[in-house]
Amino acid sequence: MKKYEKYIRYRTFPTPWCPGCGDGVVLKSIAMAFSELDVDPNDIIVVAGIGCSGRMPTFFNTNTLHTTHGRALTFATGIKLAKPEKLVVVISGDGDSLAIGGNHLIHAARRNIGIKMILINNGVYGMTGGQVSPLTPQKFITETTPYGNIEPKFHASELLIAARATFVARETVNRTVQLKNVIKKSFNHKGFSVVETISNCHVNLGRKNKMKNPVDMTKWIGSRTVTKEQYDKMTPEERNHKYPVGILKEDKNRYEYADLYHKHIIPAAKEAAAKNGTGKK
Amino acid sequence: MNRRKVLQGNIIVAKAAIAAGCNFFAGYPITPSSEVAQYMSKEFPKLGHDFIQMEDEIASLGACIGASLSGKKVLTATSGPGFSLMQEHLGMAVMAEIPLVIVNVMRGGPSTGIPTKPAQADIMQARWGTHGDHPIIALYPAFADEIFSETVRAFNLSEKFWTPVILLLDEVIAKAHEDLEIPHKKDIPIYKEAVHKIKDLNIYDREIGENPPRVDFFKGYPIHIDGLEHDSHGWPTSDPKIADKMQNLRMQKIYNHLDEIIEYKEYYMDDAEIMVFSFGVSARSALCAVKKARKQGIKVGLFQPLTIWPFPKRELQERFKKIKKILTVEMNMGQTKYEIERVAPDDVEKRTMLRANGIPFTPREVQSAIEEFIK
Repeated sequence: MKKYEKYIRYRTFPTPWCPGCGDGVVLKSIAMAFSELDVDPNDIIVVAGIGCSGRMPTFFNTNTLHTTHGRALTFATGIKLAKPEKLVVVISGDGDSLAIGGNHLIHAARRNIGIKMILINNGVYGMTGGQVSPLTPQKFITETTPYGNIEPKFHASELLIAARATFVARETVNRTVQLKNVIKKSFNHKGFSVVETISNCHVNLGRKNKMKNPVDMTKWIGSRTVTKEQYDKMTPEERNHKYPVGILKEDKNRYEYADLYHKHIIPAAKEAAAKNGTGKK
Repeated sequence: MNRRKVLQGNIIVAKAAIAAGCNFFAGYPITPSSEVAQYMSKEFPKLGHDFIQMEDEIASLGACIGASLSGKKVLTATSGPGFSLMQEHLGMAVMAEIPLVIVNVMRGGPSTGIPTKPAQADIMQARWGTHGDHPIIALYPAFADEIFSETVRAFNLSEKFWTPVILLLDEVIAKAHEDLEIPHKKDIPIYKEAVHKIKDLNIYDREIGENPPRVDFFKGYPIHIDGLEHDSHGWPTSDPKIADKMQNLRMQKIYNHLDEIIEYKEYYMDDAEIMVFSFGVSARSALCAVKKARKQGIKVGLFQPLTIWPFPKRELQERFKKIKKILTVEMNMGQTKYEIERVAPDDVEKRTMLRANGIPFTPREVQSAIEEFIK
């Protein structure tokens, strides 16, 4: 048994994912990050919403919580505030976190609560059979855009930077070592962190867009990714249809929410109570 | 120390929650319940407890569930429109069997309705608001002392039966300042939960009708909690046999323990020929009316449920053996009316006083209806 396998709950296998799905890569990368950081499984909670990504917590041999569509972050917020010392990981898909859960996403980022989010971006609603998501590229054919998608997509990482997230990284399921390393780094970040992971849904998105097997689709993902260093040097024309990957933002100076509450608000309130004599008797 | 105070209904809820051991609050501002959140934001940090204002009511209840699973005693407070948003996570709390208390200070509806006026409009929303079959406990105090005791009871029932409990309040009662003698700590009953012996992560493993002990995260066992139908481990399943058992487990943990859940008050019921059925602010007018009618020699009594869900069916049916006239007084277009029709035999004459315009019934109006009924 490999070291990271202690974080895998084999009893609940098989996974519901299609052969070749990128979710498996993410599952293993997270388990390896846990293992390399040597976190006690009892000190970890993995929370997810609904969708293919939503099923992932079931397969971690840690505390796990499968919640409602788009709202995993709200549950995680309650957990992190109640137990600030625990490693609270949220796994979410692009439809889950940017459509139905968009409001919770920007507020968790703004609040800088120490939740570690893995945002799996496969550009489609996979579990429901392949409908357009807020991250589906324009012109793509999906089950609900049979004549091509006319909506522009969100740039998830850039949106999160604008929402004042303190750790934002983008990786792809092609770059497994980098993905595992950046997840590990995000787990060590104090505030809210998000790793946008570009993944392949060849079954429900690729198939309708001339990329019916995982190799075609991961190649397509690879053709669009450049490192942040390369991206910064590119002209606007060259940047068209390219994503920068790597750590896009890291701010270690801002306080984490639960930390602020427990180390600032509670002492301040207790002090005020002692002064006014209105505290607990 | 003088324990007698003049307090607003919302503040009584907050004080009672703290007395009951509540140590986590997540909420979103909404008239007419905001005072609960405001009070918690001020008092909770003094006690080292957690308060957070979330981005909406859906998020509030999500945070509450997360905190409850982390071992906290949690509360949120809202009103009709916010309670509508909470229905999604109320279902999650029912499905995953999570103890928490939701205060719903009702106001006029539907939609934004009349935010600053009372209505007893969410009785059916409390019962059936979330999708799927489920049992629910909803408590409904009418007087200041009941607000305190029912808030404490809401926490105790939620812990005992591993279930969300809804505390319904009327806008006027939540906003009014009233005289209250705060009970002494030793007189406040607090439910002490059983220690759960986890065997092989079988957190939902129990016999039908048994009420479960509480299980939290971070207790050294890698437990899984799911909003999907699950087996005794909490792991997702669509096996019809297991689904059948789990549905029954969730139903019967409530319905096998009605004696411990249903509470009510009766006034002048011993020799009553007419029963007034009413709750909340309407029951206060009704009680006044009943007293006045009694002075006129009318044999009338009041049945005031404190537990509105599960409905006090057996208790009412017992009284229908003698009493053949019932007057339901409620500030809505007829919500418990249908429950009364369902539980009362055909030979019971049923009348209603219904109104949903934001103005509570006066004692005089109820008295007139009683006088009319006796003719």
